[in-house]
Amino acid sequence: MLTTEEIAQIEHEISLVPQKKAACIEALKVVQQHRGWVSDESLKDTATMLGMSAEELDSVATFYNLIFRQPVGRHVILLCDSISCWVMGYEQIRDYLMQKLQITYGETTPDGRFTLLPNVCLGTCDRAPALMIDDHLYQNVTIEELDVILHHHR
Amino acid sequence: MERPLTKHIHPDREPLSLQEYEHVGGYQAVRKALLELSPEAVVTLVKDSNLRGRGGAGFNTGLKWSFVPMGPDVPRPKYLVANADEMEPGTFKDRLLLEGNPHQLIEGMILASYAIGADISYVFLRWAYKKAAQGIVRAIQEAYAAGYLGQNILGTEFSLEMHLHTGVGRYMCGEETALLNALEGKRAMPRAKPPFPQVSGLYGKPTIVNNVETLCCLPHIVNNGPEWFKSLSRTQDAGTKIYGVSGKVKRPGAWELPMGVTIRELVEEYAGGMLDGYRFKGALPGGASTDFLVEQHLDTPMDYTSIAAAGSRMGTGTMIILDDQTCPVGFVHNLQHFFAQESCGFCTPCREGLPWVEKVLLSIDRGEGRPEDMNILDFHTKYLGPGNTFCALAPGAMEPLQSALKYFREDFERHIHDHQCPWK
Repeated sequence: MLTTEEIAQIEHEISLVPQKKAACIEALKVVQQHRGWVSDESLKDTATMLGMSAEELDSVATFYNLIFRQPVGRHVILLCDSISCWVMGYEQIRDYLMQKLQITYGETTPDGRFTLLPNVCLGTCDRAPALMIDDHLYQNVTIEELDVILHHHR
Repeated sequence: MERPLTKHIHPDREPLSLQEYEHVGGYQAVRKALLELSPEAVVTLVKDSNLRGRGGAGFNTGLKWSFVPMGPDVPRPKYLVANADEMEPGTFKDRLLLEGNPHQLIEGMILASYAIGADISYVFLRWAYKKAAQGIVRAIQEAYAAGYLGQNILGTEFSLEMHLHTGVGRYMCGEETALLNALEGKRAMPRAKPPFPQVSGLYGKPTIVNNVETLCCLPHIVNNGPEWFKSLSRTQDAGTKIYGVSGKVKRPGAWELPMGVTIRELVEEYAGGMLDGYRFKGALPGGASTDFLVEQHLDTPMDYTSIAAAGSRMGTGTMIILDDQTCPVGFVHNLQHFFAQESCGFCTPCREGLPWVEKVLLSIDRGEGRPEDMNILDFHTKYLGPGNTFCALAPGAMEPLQSALKYFREDFERHIHDHQCPWK
């Protein structure tokens, strides 16, 4: 069941567009903002509000990289794996994170704190390698700093 | 040297507020256009300035606008969309403009909307640009409060709405028709052309999609005229350009410079040269989907015409350097991994071909390549080239591959012959 707040926010998004369906990406964002991810149940409820089938909404949800259809940790680490970060050695950052957190891409630490995902170019190639944790962008990342960076996100 | 687009951008300071922007001449171009010029006159001005689209295609902006139906009996609302979905790997130029001076973008959007008679405008921003989003939201609010947006702007007949839409991540959103699908809440798949968006775009209504940097040029063109804009350039392609360099150079960064500075100047002067111990081997001049240029091209001017003549594309003008200690096969594998992942899957050659290319490159990189793999790569550059796929994604992906096979063929063959990567 969507909460009253989620329903109100989704209705607001619907009011801004000429067709209900056009609000579907915003609606998915609303759900994810509240729950961290979009469950099958939330997806069905959201689809009903938008006058879409669950399948149609899922086809949109799964198309985009940043709508999560599986539970994620409290903090999502998005590690840039595109060309400039590759040239500047992002693979060392990746290996360190995987070893330190004992997870691979797509996994969440057992304490539910971090999910690690690869991400396409973050558009900060002059300060590579780069990663984002939630809304925070980290640039010119070195292995030495990683422990401190992770420490910021409890 | 004039730097109109970045003159008021100071990366260590907050962007200009509306009052500060007005104080340095901001929104004067909107006043001039709305109060003194007809929409047709603005189109002509921009056409004459020879402003070419800064998103990568390099099409004449005024000409693009001129295909929008005008007059009282055309379908409405008409739309203007700022393409701020900067996702081309190696590209970080629009971030500078978006974070640095959002009012400049808004002013450009108002001018473009006036020229094509748009009623509603959107900034389509990629999700990762959090700081830019905050600045744009604030600037839009300020512009509404000051009467530059909303009903009857500056007391004229012209009205314009503006909204920020933040995407949820997919490279395809940068393609203008796929972007329109994303704005309509659909999968970001490209549409068949024709009809072109100018005639049938967002919700089937006339729509123009322009890149951020393109839009940011407009206030300066309206204020100073087409001749001035052309005089900023060193070559036949007008204006300044935000160039960038990333890779193993001393000072990677982005700079607004006269159109037509050479690759050598960018690498050696502005980026400070290669890091000690590294040599320049090649560069993608304008993002991941452009052909490699090599040492013999260092003195080529970075403009649309000259870079095309050298066998590549200006693209976004943000260059990625390949150095002598980085494996070209690994480099191209990284690019193809990106393109294979970001293919929307709609057309077969792209959906099936790109993962095949990626796998072949991976096996070559691991020393498991076979001599016949070179043929597989060669024929993909043809079958995934222009004319064989639904949109430009796969042909773009083939540009760095075909040029790597041309300039670094020996490196590929050495991997296969020696059964290992010489760089590992």
